[in-house]
Amino acid sequence: MANAPTMTDAQGNPIFLDMHEHDHEAGGSTMLGFWIYLMSDCLIFAMLFAAYALFGTSYAGGPKPSELFELPLVAVNTSMLLLSSITYGFAMIAMQEKKKSAVLIWLAITGLFGAAFVGIEISEFANLIREGATPQRSAFLSSFFTLVSTHGLHVSFGIVWLITLMVQVGRFGLTAANQRRLMCLSLFWHFLDVIWIGVFTFVYLMGVLR
Amino acid sequence: MSLELPKILFGRFTLDALPIHEPILVGTFIGVAAGGIALLAALTYFKCWTYLWKEWFTSVDHKRIGVMYMVLGLVMFLRGFSDAIMMRAQQSMAFGSNQGFLPAHHYDQVFTAHGVIMIFFVAMPFVTGLMNFVVPLQIGARDVSFPFLNNFSFWMTTMGAIIVMMSLFVGEFARTGWLAMAPLSELDYSPDVGVDYYIWALQIAGVGTLLSGINLVCTIVKMRAPGMNLMKMPVFTWTALCTNVLIVAAFPILTAVLVLLSLDRYVGTHFFTNDGGGNYMLYTNMIWIWGHPEVYILILPAFGVFSEVTSTFCGKRLFGYTSMVYATLVITILSYLVWLHHFFTMGSGASVNSFFGITTMIISIPTGAKIFNWLFTMYRGRIRFELPMMWTIAFMLTFVIGGMTGVMLAVPPADFVLHNSLFLVAHFHNVIIGGVLFGMFAGINYWWPKAFGFKLDEFWGKISFWFWVVGFWVAFTPLYVLGLMGVTRRLRHFDDPSLQIWFLIAAFGAFLIAIGIAAMLMQYYVSIRDRNTPRLRDTTGDPWGGRTLEWATSSPPPAYNFAFSPMVHDLDAYADMKERGYVRPEQGFRPILMPKNTPSGLILAAFAAIFGVAMIWYVWWLAAVSFVGLVAYAIFHTFTYDREFHIPESEVRETEAARTQLLAAGA
Repeated sequence: MANAPTMTDAQGNPIFLDMHEHDHEAGGSTMLGFWIYLMSDCLIFAMLFAAYALFGTSYAGGPKPSELFELPLVAVNTSMLLLSSITYGFAMIAMQEKKKSAVLIWLAITGLFGAAFVGIEISEFANLIREGATPQRSAFLSSFFTLVSTHGLHVSFGIVWLITLMVQVGRFGLTAANQRRLMCLSLFWHFLDVIWIGVFTFVYLMGVLR
Repeated sequence: MSLELPKILFGRFTLDALPIHEPILVGTFIGVAAGGIALLAALTYFKCWTYLWKEWFTSVDHKRIGVMYMVLGLVMFLRGFSDAIMMRAQQSMAFGSNQGFLPAHHYDQVFTAHGVIMIFFVAMPFVTGLMNFVVPLQIGARDVSFPFLNNFSFWMTTMGAIIVMMSLFVGEFARTGWLAMAPLSELDYSPDVGVDYYIWALQIAGVGTLLSGINLVCTIVKMRAPGMNLMKMPVFTWTALCTNVLIVAAFPILTAVLVLLSLDRYVGTHFFTNDGGGNYMLYTNMIWIWGHPEVYILILPAFGVFSEVTSTFCGKRLFGYTSMVYATLVITILSYLVWLHHFFTMGSGASVNSFFGITTMIISIPTGAKIFNWLFTMYRGRIRFELPMMWTIAFMLTFVIGGMTGVMLAVPPADFVLHNSLFLVAHFHNVIIGGVLFGMFAGINYWWPKAFGFKLDEFWGKISFWFWVVGFWVAFTPLYVLGLMGVTRRLRHFDDPSLQIWFLIAAFGAFLIAIGIAAMLMQYYVSIRDRNTPRLRDTTGDPWGGRTLEWATSSPPPAYNFAFSPMVHDLDAYADMKERGYVRPEQGFRPILMPKNTPSGLILAAFAAIFGVAMIWYVWWLAAVSFVGLVAYAIFHTFTYDREFHIPESEVRETEAARTQLLAAGA
């Protein structure tokens, strides 16, 4: 409301129409809309966390978390994702400074960290399945695989989006529209980081304590 | 190999899935096919395709999309109502040795489809359509925040409806009741495609609903006309805001619970199964954590309609605007704290049941406040008994009784007796028909002239009104009685012949409603036929003496809604403008920036629908192809940066000059 139009004329009579209006700003609602979308996504995760809270000990005679989780591997994985958030932050700083190539380089590094995260997660899943700890084994494993892989799918989708944005920034430059998109992906990427902190603490750390 | 190939190509679809041995379905199919072909032929003959494609299907105009939602709701309403007629007919004849005309297998699909269609594909499109059409006009905006997303949302909802309709003729629909309760909806007990139809129809439509929720929240928060602070927002916009906040906060839960059910069915996980450590009560809890807010998602906009109608047709400002807003907010919040009252019989114990019983009863306080606000608005008002006002009064009388039976059900010990009975069925029809549907009818009669430039015919409207209201009470009072006698819902056949008279009365009520619906269609037909007569034509843009901004522009409004953005000084902004001698400018126009039409929404939704159908029938290759197509097309769409254009000043000037002439001719 910084440049709100004057609502009354010189005599103090009300003006009912904005006769000197300018074009509305493009994408004025985008950040709000995207933020609301993230909160709705957060609710999906909340449901999956709730399911895990309920089923976290429903082993049905199958393996327990302490027998399955390898914390060192998860620690490496966590650092991959946290580092990717930092590098995304660098990309955003470069964007503020209008350095297109720096943005692209940091995005590429972010994407690689993200891909490493997904890769490690896939190999972890493959190991679990090889040991017979499949999603079908128990409600605990069902909810574990669902929660963690939903996060993983989000990261994978984020990588596809990131590549798309790299192409678009490369081709069209750091236009206002592209800056908005980079900011949305930034929110998305950090959001996934926050979710992962929850997964790491609630699923892995507290899981091995049981 | 020869046996494998059809399986790879068509999944579990075989020709046996076509119901050629069920005469009712064959008859329906022939009817639908004949009607459909006639419609397509007529559209082709009158060369309507280009017009429909350019002006409607690809339109990002919130008014057009709103109208399309209403059409979708109306079409699906006819389907949902024919299910209702079939149930009423079956229950009124199936006594003793008479088995009625619907086999159990079919009857169970009918009551499931009736519930799913009426909530998701009738009530939701009606509510969303009305909000889409009215909200931007009421807040003095030119469109919604994300016009493309709006079009996409509409098509996703439509694709969901198409998938449900498809289940009628290809395979079958769920036989689980409208919430597909686990473990009945698990693969062990529902191995066929029915529940999968249910899941994918709701998932695809759910994406549309969620996105349209986000869209309208942003629109209301960001795009209000200068001067319209939150407490100067029209009440309908307030209820729309609360409803869309509820959509954003509730629909992800539905998405999540359906994903978990899908995983159980497709992957073999153990969320809601009896074995493997699963717990089906999680499904019941989750679906109602979505399901209870959902009923408020439907009713709040109806409350908004009644508020607008009451104040317009009583010719005065709404009584207790501030309390109305706070009542709406309190209902919004409380709607999250009552879900467990849907399953008091789960056995959570007295403390938990008391908590949810009390929160449920508390909701009746803000709702009661609203009723009194409407009554006090009418008190000493100059009431004009036009159709919207008639529906509003019918709502007040009907809804209060529905609300009171709701409070009865909120008492846990009473609920142990009434749970799952026809008393419950009567209660929720009492509030959904008497509240939501009457609200939509009031809204349609109220805003129709704004949308199309002519009023709806009063004669047929009144016939429809009386048949509907009387029919409703004749149809549902017997269900209250039967429920109190202990008759449970969803029964196909009865042994006790003394019950039959009540079912016959209920069936007669449904017949009266059918006449009401026929009169309503007649009302639309007559009004469209006579649209250019002075009796119906609205040249002023303000046929009712409206008080809010949508009446400040022409009927129908131009694509850009307002040539100049209005500036708001008072709650009833347009009433204020009229009172203080506002003069409509006839020059000084500027070019107006508007969003461009695009077919992307329809194409993306079509990919999603193909994906859903492929998943239903286990056609994995098609699912993969359509999913890749969906993602690829979405990426391709993001390469379109140029999404807006200017309506040239000359065009605005001509449009406004035409209105000046119309106003002069009318005066």
